[in-house]
Parts: sequence; structure tokens; C-alpha cells
Amino acid sequence: MADVSLRKVIKRYDDVEAVRGIDLDIADHEFIVLVGPSGCGKSTTLRMIAGLEDISDGDIMIGGDVVNDVPPKDRDIAMVFQNYALYPHMTVAENMSFGLRLKHYPKAEIKARVTEAARLLDITDLIDRKPKQLSGGQRQRVAMGRAIVRNPKVFLFDEPLSNLDAKLRVQMRIEIKKVHQKVRTTTVYVTHDQVEAMTLADRVVVMNKGRIEQIGTPNELYHKPATRFVAGFIGSPAMNFIPCRLEDAGGTLRIRLTDRIAFALPPARAARYNALPRSDRLLLGIRPEHLSESHPHLEPGVETFDTVLDVTEPMGMETLVYFGLDGTPVCGRVNPNAGAKDGAPMRLAMDLNNMHLLNEETGVVL
Amino acid sequence: MADVVVEQGRIARATGARKGSSLRNTLGRKSTVAFLLTLPLILLIALLVLYPAFFSLYLATLNKAMTKFVGLGNFTFLFKRETFWMVVKQSCIFAITAVIFKALIGFIVAHFVHNIPGKKQRKWRGMLLVPWVIPPAMSTLAWLWLFDPSYSAFNYTLSYFGVGPIPWLGETFWARFSVILVNVWYGAPFFLIMYLAALKSVPDQLYEAAAIDGANWWQKIWYVTLPMMRNIIAITTLFSLIVTFANFDIVRILTSGGPLDTTHLFATWAFQVGIQSSDIPLGACVSLFMVPILAVAAIFILRDVSKRGNEA
Repeated sequence: MADVSLRKVIKRYDDVEAVRGIDLDIADHEFIVLVGPSGCGKSTTLRMIAGLEDISDGDIMIGGDVVNDVPPKDRDIAMVFQNYALYPHMTVAENMSFGLRLKHYPKAEIKARVTEAARLLDITDLIDRKPKQLSGGQRQRVAMGRAIVRNPKVFLFDEPLSNLDAKLRVQMRIEIKKVHQKVRTTTVYVTHDQVEAMTLADRVVVMNKGRIEQIGTPNELYHKPATRFVAGFIGSPAMNFIPCRLEDAGGTLRIRLTDRIAFALPPARAARYNALPRSDRLLLGIRPEHLSESHPHLEPGVETFDTVLDVTEPMGMETLVYFGLDGTPVCGRVNPNAGAKDGAPMRLAMDLNNMHLLNEETGVVL
Repeated sequence: MADVVVEQGRIARATGARKGSSLRNTLGRKSTVAFLLTLPLILLIALLVLYPAFFSLYLATLNKAMTKFVGLGNFTFLFKRETFWMVVKQSCIFAITAVIFKALIGFIVAHFVHNIPGKKQRKWRGMLLVPWVIPPAMSTLAWLWLFDPSYSAFNYTLSYFGVGPIPWLGETFWARFSVILVNVWYGAPFFLIMYLAALKSVPDQLYEAAAIDGANWWQKIWYVTLPMMRNIIAITTLFSLIVTFANFDIVRILTSGGPLDTTHLFATWAFQVGIQSSDIPLGACVSLFMVPILAVAAIFILRDVSKRGNEA
């Protein structure tokens, strides 16, 4: 087991920079998830840690040693691939023990390790089968088993669940978390699914266009996003961004959304935003759960407004409502009993205690 | 009377209807349609393969003048001739050596070509296929000149290094070497193209997984590439073994079987015995000897393929 550090790591393909200077420190035992849209450089970063891609510049350290020029086989890492990459001509046991056999481990120890990993992953019955005879979820377990038996310094996962159906994905997500709780190996996990990232990670690294947008615990990213990209990427349905302006009205700071709608900011927020120039073009970032139906006993900082709903989506435990504010589409989450109907007027409440204010040009959360 | 006619008409109609539906049933069965669709090919094969095969079986049982049935007489005659056993030996040496070298060279070059990026790869692939694309009768003539005792370009080049002159086609060892060399030159591109296709079908991630598991390049070839290519290798080898074993043109043009019949293969010897020495039954008899030898090879290799096909 070991910590992993990336120092100004850059990857260039001819004249395209896929990864543009990444700094990242991963502590021993930590479960780190790299998340971002496709093409953001997350897989490339993982493959550079694995040694499957050369790095163009910078340093990668595993357990304190710079491994820039160390081939994958000498980095003491294990990787789980998206399509599992099991050797089709070997049985499950042979697949799992391949790395150990190449390193000439004693047969008894190989057997012990394979048996232990198979027990941990609940694939003891499948040990003599070929990958072709396994289902997707079982193959996934074998791929994880192959990683576990090696007892490496670092586990690398490259979108391991994206080939599974939705139900199995949730199940395997929990399996992966359980396995990590037992073996405690430092893990770097790549996914484009923000739910996977939030549920698995000790810390999430959000990447975009070859750069790190933000690093933090799932809660930090959700409640204190640093940029518009992170705010929009984490959370589903995504955060609403509504163009707005600050204005002073009789000694209070107000936020104007449309000609019709303007709210006084709660005192804590007003103090925070007071220094901003009033002419800045701003965005109000508000999550759908902070836009719900109005009721008589509203807390301070919760403001109401009237709107006409375009579309409603009953989800069972909640109903998603969609409406427009001066042409900007907005989504809210209301109680299923609140009487939301397509095309009907509704009074909604916006919780400004949980608002975010963003600079429209730079995308920075203020 | 009239009643009877009506009855008959009814019966006739009834059977007619039954007949029609049974025809429709027969046509409706997939196996029948499949058989009818393949019938032209079956007829073609019967005409071009089965008829000559059985005709040569018949020929092999006649005497030299083709007037008398002699049973297995031609076969027992062949078994007693030293030249026959030499042809068996030479055919095996020729086919096995040539196929091994073709496979090895094809495998190695396929790896090189596989690692050439994009557009350049297509050019190399095209150029490397040339020996296989030229009709062997033509290209072997060029080789004949290169081996010519008087104007051999090889000997001319070698003379600068103080080597030679080498009697390329005049001495048993060199003549065998030369016919095998030309056959390898002609046949290696076939292996190259087959192996290249097989290499492309091995997913990159298997190599990456092997690299992470700690395999060096040799172990990657041994544990990943070769097992993944096993079926292609088996089928290609079998196919090439058959074609090489039955080779005619290269030996015919380069040595005509000489010196002293030591480079004869079944096909060239059958030609010499049957056509040039006008003993057609004996020639047919020689050529028939290829069948059992190749059948055994085919059974062994194909049995393995189907076994692996089931598990892979």
C-alpha cells in the first residue's frame, strides 16, 4: 500500500494537450474517484498512473518513488478495465493467478490467495469456468479478483461498471465499496457517472478539459462547488443557473431575476456579496431541491414567487416541475401532493440560504 | 356413370390439394431450401472434384496401356521403387520445412507490420503481398535466372565476398534449399496477411492487462498472442501444408525434379511418370498417395480447431 502523487503531469498527443498539468496527492488507503465528461483526460490520467501511457511532462510518484520511466509490470499496481480484459483462454482461477504465476510465487500461496479472493468476491463456484461462461457481473468480480490476489500498492479502476445494466451497477458499486473497506488498498477510480463518484469516493476529483476543476469530499463538492462546471456536473437533476443582478433597495441587498421577480438576500448572504459591483452579470445557482412548493410557515431566507409550470414529472417520492424564468429553463422538486400539473400556475418557494452566486463570464462561484 | 366421374373428380381434386400442400411443406422446411440453394455448388463440386477423383481411382487400377484391370498392381509396383520412397521423403521435407519457415516469417513480419502506424501500414502490407499476388509460374522464372549456373546474380554478388559459385540447382542439397526458398518467398505473405488479421482481432486491453500483470514482451506473445491466434494458426498451417504438399509449378520450373529426381514432389513426379513417360495409370496412382497423408493431417488439425472453438 502506498500514497500516490502527481506533480504537474502533462500529456500531449502531437499538438493536442489531453492532460494539462495535474497536481494531485492521494493518501494511503484513500479511495479517490476521477470524474468528468468524456474527453476530460480522466482515463488518460489513470493510464499514466498505470504506466500504459507515457507522461509528456511532470512526475508521478507511487510510495514516494518517481515512477515516470518504470514499466507497468514494475509499478506494483493492479487495474480493472471497462471490458474486464479477462484472458478468454484461461479459467477464472488461471486469470486470477496469472500475475502471481509470472512472478513465480509458490503454488500453495497462489492457491491460498486465489481461494481467499474468490471467497471475498463470492465466486468460489466459478473458479474453473472460462470467462465466456460468466455473466457481466461475474466477469467484473473476476477482474476485481485478479487485482486483489496481487495485493498491489494501488488499485486502478477504469470505468469498471459502465458495461453493466443499471441494477447490477448499483449492486457492484456496493460490492466495490465493501471490498475496499476490507482490503483498504489505495484506489483510483475513473468514472463519468457522478452518482458513482459521490457514493464511492473518500474524495472526488472533478476534471474538465484536461484540468482539475475541484478536489473535495462528495459533500464539499455538492454544497460548496468552486466553479460552474462542478456545480452543474455534480447533482441530478442538475443545478439551475438563472441570470441575475444585484441591486440595492432601501438599505437591503436584493437579487433581481426578472423584471417581476426580485428577492432580498438573507443577511449572511448579503454580507458576503455586498462588495460585488452591481453591474456584474451574475448567475444564481440553485439546486432543484431548494425550489419547492410554497407553504404557510416559511423559514427566513425562503422567498416565494408565482409561475406557470411547463411540464411536470412525477417520480413517486417527489415531482419534478419545469418552468421558465425569462426564457431560462428552471427545474424544481415539489411534494407529490402539492398539486403540480402541466400548464398550471403554482406558487414556489426558493431557499436563498442554499443559493450560489456565480460570475457569468468566469464561471467562478463567488 | 356420371356419378362415378364426379366421384373421381373429387378424389383427384383431393389428392391434388394434398400434393400441393405437401410440396409447400417441403419447400417451407429450411433444410430443403438450403439444400436447393446449395445444389448448383454441389453439382459443380461433383463435376470438378468428385468425378476426377473417382476417375483417377479407376485409372490407377489399369495397366500401362490402359487395356487391362490390374487391381492394386500399380501400388505394389510403386512400393518396390526406391524413387517413390524418396519422393515421399522429399515431399515431407519440402512441405514441413517450407510451412515452418513461412509460418515463422509470416508471424514475425506480421508483428512488425502490425506496429507500423496507419497509412504507412497499408503501403507495407501491399508491398509485402506482391510475391503472393504474382503468378508463381512467372515469378519462379525470375528465380530461375537468379539461380542460373552461368549468370546467377546471387553467385555474382557472393563472389565479391569470396564465396561460391554455388550450384543452386545442380546439387541435391542446394536444389532442395532453392525450391524451399522460393516456396517460402511465395507463401509467407499468405501467413503474413492471416496473422495480421488475427493480431488485429486481439483486444489491446488484453496486452495492457498482461503488462500490468507483469508480463514481458515474450510472455505477452506466449500467454496472450499465441493462445488468441491458435485457431488461425492451425487452419492456416493446415491449408498451407496441403497447398505446399501438392505444389507443382515451382519445382517443375526450377528443377523439373532434378538433379537425379531428388527434388521431385508427388505432383511433379506424377506428371513425369504419367504424362512425360506416358504411364497414366501409374501417374494417377502416385497422385492418389497424397490423399491419405493429407487426410490424416487435416483430421488432426481440424479436430483440434473444433475442440477449441467450443471452449473459446
